[in-house]
Amino acid sequence: MDSKQLEAFDSHVAGEGKVEPKDWMPDNYRQTLIRQISQHAHSEIIGMQPEGNWISRAPSLRRKMILLAKVQDEAGHGLYLYSAAETLGVSRGEMDQALLSGKAKYSSIFNYPTLTWADAVAIGWLVDGAAITNQIPLCRCSYGPYARAMVRVCKEEAFHQRQGFEGMMALAKGTSEQKAMAQGALDRWWWPSIAMFGPPDDDSPHSAQSMAWKIKRFSNDELRQKFIDMAVIQAQALGLEIPDPDLKLNEETGHWQTGPIDWDEFWAVVKGKGPCNRQRMTHRRKAHDEGAWVREAAMAFANKQQQKSEKAAA
Amino acid sequence: MDAVIATALRFGDNAMVLGQRLGRWVSRSPTIELDVGFANQALDLIGQANLFYELAGRLEGKGRSADDLAFLRGADEYYNVQLVEQPNGDFAQTVMRQVLYAAYADIVFDFMAKGSNDDLAAIAAKGQKEMAYHFRHAGEWVIRLGDGTEESHARSQKALDFLWPWSHELFAYDAVDEKMVRQDVLPDAETIKKQWMESLGEVFERAGLIINEDGWQPGGGREGVHSEHLSYLLTEMQVLPRTYPGTQW
Ligand SMILES: [Fe+2]
Ligand SMILES: [Fe+2]
Repeated sequence: MDSKQLEAFDSHVAGEGKVEPKDWMPDNYRQTLIRQISQHAHSEIIGMQPEGNWISRAPSLRRKMILLAKVQDEAGHGLYLYSAAETLGVSRGEMDQALLSGKAKYSSIFNYPTLTWADAVAIGWLVDGAAITNQIPLCRCSYGPYARAMVRVCKEEAFHQRQGFEGMMALAKGTSEQKAMAQGALDRWWWPSIAMFGPPDDDSPHSAQSMAWKIKRFSNDELRQKFIDMAVIQAQALGLEIPDPDLKLNEETGHWQTGPIDWDEFWAVVKGKGPCNRQRMTHRRKAHDEGAWVREAAMAFANKQQQKSEKAAA
Repeated sequence: MDAVIATALRFGDNAMVLGQRLGRWVSRSPTIELDVGFANQALDLIGQANLFYELAGRLEGKGRSADDLAFLRGADEYYNVQLVEQPNGDFAQTVMRQVLYAAYADIVFDFMAKGSNDDLAAIAAKGQKEMAYHFRHAGEWVIRLGDGTEESHARSQKALDFLWPWSHELFAYDAVDEKMVRQDVLPDAETIKKQWMESLGEVFERAGLIINEDGWQPGGGREGVHSEHLSYLLTEMQVLPRTYPGTQW
């Protein structure tokens, strides 16, 4: 590697310069971004499943339309992010293969089940809420295509979060059965949501380099804290109880402090032992396998059309 | 039942049931682009159902909301054509069902949008644009599959053979429809059937598919007579409002 090139790159990035696809970049920078962006895309795709689980049973026409529109957005985010990753020289086929083979990861939170309607709503409130907290700083990411993708994605995630909160409010202010449903969802999704920010800072191998490269702007723990402070206030507004007996406001810092996060559970789910890891992967592979003949047909048709137009031109 | 209310319910139910069917593809499609497409089309259809139901509820004057009409009627009170309740099957069957229905709805809504009933015209004007798009999208897929691989061709011909009998019901007008024709709300059955055959004929020709007419013409959806499939579809769709009556969501 040319040390002058590297120096120039580092100072460009340190000065908040943007990196574009054709620019020279260190291989590690490229690989880090490919991993992060494709993982993000895979999360959008797998994330369609737990919410999609309630499309057929959404309890009103309005809720069904909101949910369909949201899941449609998530699929769109996946496509948009795959395109951003492709600008780094990885192909869509390689990324699909990495997800299907289990080599690539996706956000572990989607390995939890949506057992009631309230779970599907709570995903909008908490998971989209956590996603925005993570992604707003990514709008300033040093890699241009990712930063631009995030600007659009964040707008939609913010909309999902508001709708999720509104949906939770309808349940929390509803009948006693609805309120119990909402509380049950918060009980199930609270800890996975705050674990979504990843391991604590002293146990986060990739963080320092990503900070220096302006891919990451805040540490996992800083982002987690931002989210907790926001979510606690919102849970109070809903009249729901956060399932953490140790939760308290730290008067000095003004931040909400939680009890210990169960990192053993987090790592177990990351390593495939969550309630739905196998189900999510089986579902994705089944969709992929059952669609193979359709994709082949589309390709065969496109080839025939091309041959026809070449013949006509000749 | 008043003919305008009946018509609103019939088209609302067609859209509701077909939207419910398409929504099932989301996260299960052959490509992510198709996941987006199916979600989008399901959304269009449920939007149409919502508008037709609001109108039906308002005209009926019994205080039934769009949600009441969607979630609290049983299969024998649903008036959709049986075509739209047929199972998704494989992708070939789903796009075939879509092209058969969308071609029809496109033509009917185009007429209804210029017709004498302003309420229905407003809904149809929006719906026509959507169904024209669904027809184009599904039609392109039927052509692609028909003229793709041997397997995709065989699956498409099978889908057409399976679904074709239910297409007849689209044109099986009853007294309500005839009244709507006289009032210049619906086009007459002969006219739409001719236009429909023209639209589809072109698609099938490019796809290399043939219509095998075997004389079976199931029907009765307009009067609430359905195949076994509809009750399952509604049971799943209605589970929450039925379990928790009177609850707002
Ligand atoms: Fe998203
Ligand atoms: Fe979202």
